Amino acid sequence: MSSAPGLGAAAAALALERISCTFVAREDRSQRYTALRDTTLVVAPGEFVSVVGPTGCGKSTLLNVAAGLLNPSAGTVHVFGEPLAGINTRAGYLFQTEALMPWRNALDNIIAGLEFREVAREAALAQGNEWLKRVGLGGFGDRYPHQLSGGMRKRVSLAQTLIVNPQILLMDEPFAALDIQTRQLMENELLELWSADRKSVVFITHDLEEAIALADRVVVLSAGPEAHPIGEYAIDLPRPRDVAEIRLTPQFVQLHTEIWHAMKDEVLKGYAQQRQ
Amino acid sequence: MRSNGNSLSLRAWQVLLLVAVFVGWHVITAPGLLPAFYFGDPHRAAFLFGEPLKVFGRIWHWFFGGEIYRHLWVTLVETLLAFFIGTVLGIAIGIWLALAPKASAIFDPYIKAINAMPRVILAPIFFVWFGLGIASKVALGVTLVFFIVFFNVYQGVKEVSPVVLANARMLGASPRQLLRYVYLPSAMSWVFASLHNSVGLAFVGAVVGEYLGSAEGVGYLILQAEGVFDVNTVFAGILVLTAFALVLDWVVSLAEKRLMVWQPRSSETERI
Repeated sequence: MSSAPGLGAAAAALALERISCTFVAREDRSQRYTALRDTTLVVAPGEFVSVVGPTGCGKSTLLNVAAGLLNPSAGTVHVFGEPLAGINTRAGYLFQTEALMPWRNALDNIIAGLEFREVAREAALAQGNEWLKRVGLGGFGDRYPHQLSGGMRKRVSLAQTLIVNPQILLMDEPFAALDIQTRQLMENELLELWSADRKSVVFITHDLEEAIALADRVVVLSAGPEAHPIGEYAIDLPRPRDVAEIRLTPQFVQLHTEIWHAMKDEVLKGYAQQRQ
Repeated sequence: MRSNGNSLSLRAWQVLLLVAVFVGWHVITAPGLLPAFYFGDPHRAAFLFGEPLKVFGRIWHWFFGGEIYRHLWVTLVETLLAFFIGTVLGIAIGIWLALAPKASAIFDPYIKAINAMPRVILAPIFFVWFGLGIASKVALGVTLVFFIVFFNVYQGVKEVSPVVLANARMLGASPRQLLRYVYLPSAMSWVFASLHNSVGLAFVGAVVGEYLGSAEGVGYLILQAEGVFDVNTVFAGILVLTAFALVLDWVVSLAEKRLMVWQPRSSETERI
């Protein structure tokens, strides 16, 4: 896996090259915070990449840059070889926090993307119902987000993102708020949905186990500020995987030990900074 | 069934209190029933506070003589027009200013000034501009309703969850679609939250406008009665207006229930 700038970027689904992000306080322009420095991340078509790092290291910032929601202070973003301007229309984004429209029921939330594309309502509803079943929520279409559990809401979000068939999937700790059992179920469901048409995925998490269990490649970010990649690990565990079982294999344990060893210092650093 | 019994006895106490108030009113004001312990003249209390029996007689006469309906209708039309016009203006301008920070910054001190002004003093100007008919009352009501709705919509648009907004953008919403599918529904939830207030103020605008000068409406009836020191009719008008306001409030509650199904309520469980 080459991450050298320029090289292989043309063929990549998503190429973030030498990205830096510096935030300036609106009231006091001398107050700056550099979240990311000189970060390069190249994702091949069909590749599942996990980005791990200690909390507050700028992982979400990186994802927002990839989504086109945030302009980087420096660096370039290419999507399938084309420079990104504005929103990344070929990407779907699964947010960490609640992103469903509370005034729409599950079905109407799922078909929102189709509605924005002005798909006829009949066709949109048909597709929406199909996705509702696919994420295991058949019969819950008329529930409003507040009537659904956290896991169900995440499923609705997943269907909402996937129904417009994005070529790139950006996921920002999507399962962080779920309990461990629901989380493993969702992870397996994600892998199953992903294996059907192999989108490019950038999966942000602070959970190393989750990262290894899901991804083809794990990228470790340093602690912020000025976070940057400090290691890349190819995960050659066989697919299809069961996230609950794969954690017990010796291969997994070995990878985990190796990556954790590299991460540990950064996690401690991040923790020390937050305590200040 | 315990809670049911409780609410029943609560209702009984409420009715009892109402009856007690009217009985007290009657006992104090009926000429000659009590020795005149405060006013020298036994008719003095009735003159100042009215007599409940005569008040009810007046209301009875209004409703069964059919005289009141025309006036109630006028007041209702004024209230509804003020409510709708004020709401539409409040939503439109609220969304506009919330999405245009520059314009909002320019208008900010003036909006604060107009909101701080006691708007009832605009009534004479509205009479000059729109005459003594319905239009001047509607205008007065609009100035009251507008600000309630405006501030709520402004707040509502400002407080749209940035994640929901980003999500809609990622799903491909154009700026116009964002307005229609995200900002407007979010703002509407704040409008509905202020529905009781804005309908109430539309009603206040209509009645106060009528009272200050009109030829129709319940406020006009009160004005006429006051002119001839007919306290009973004034009280009858007040009671009718109060009942009317309660009915309006009840209708608003019904509408609210239907429109806000998506909002979490505290109890959602069902007893099997």
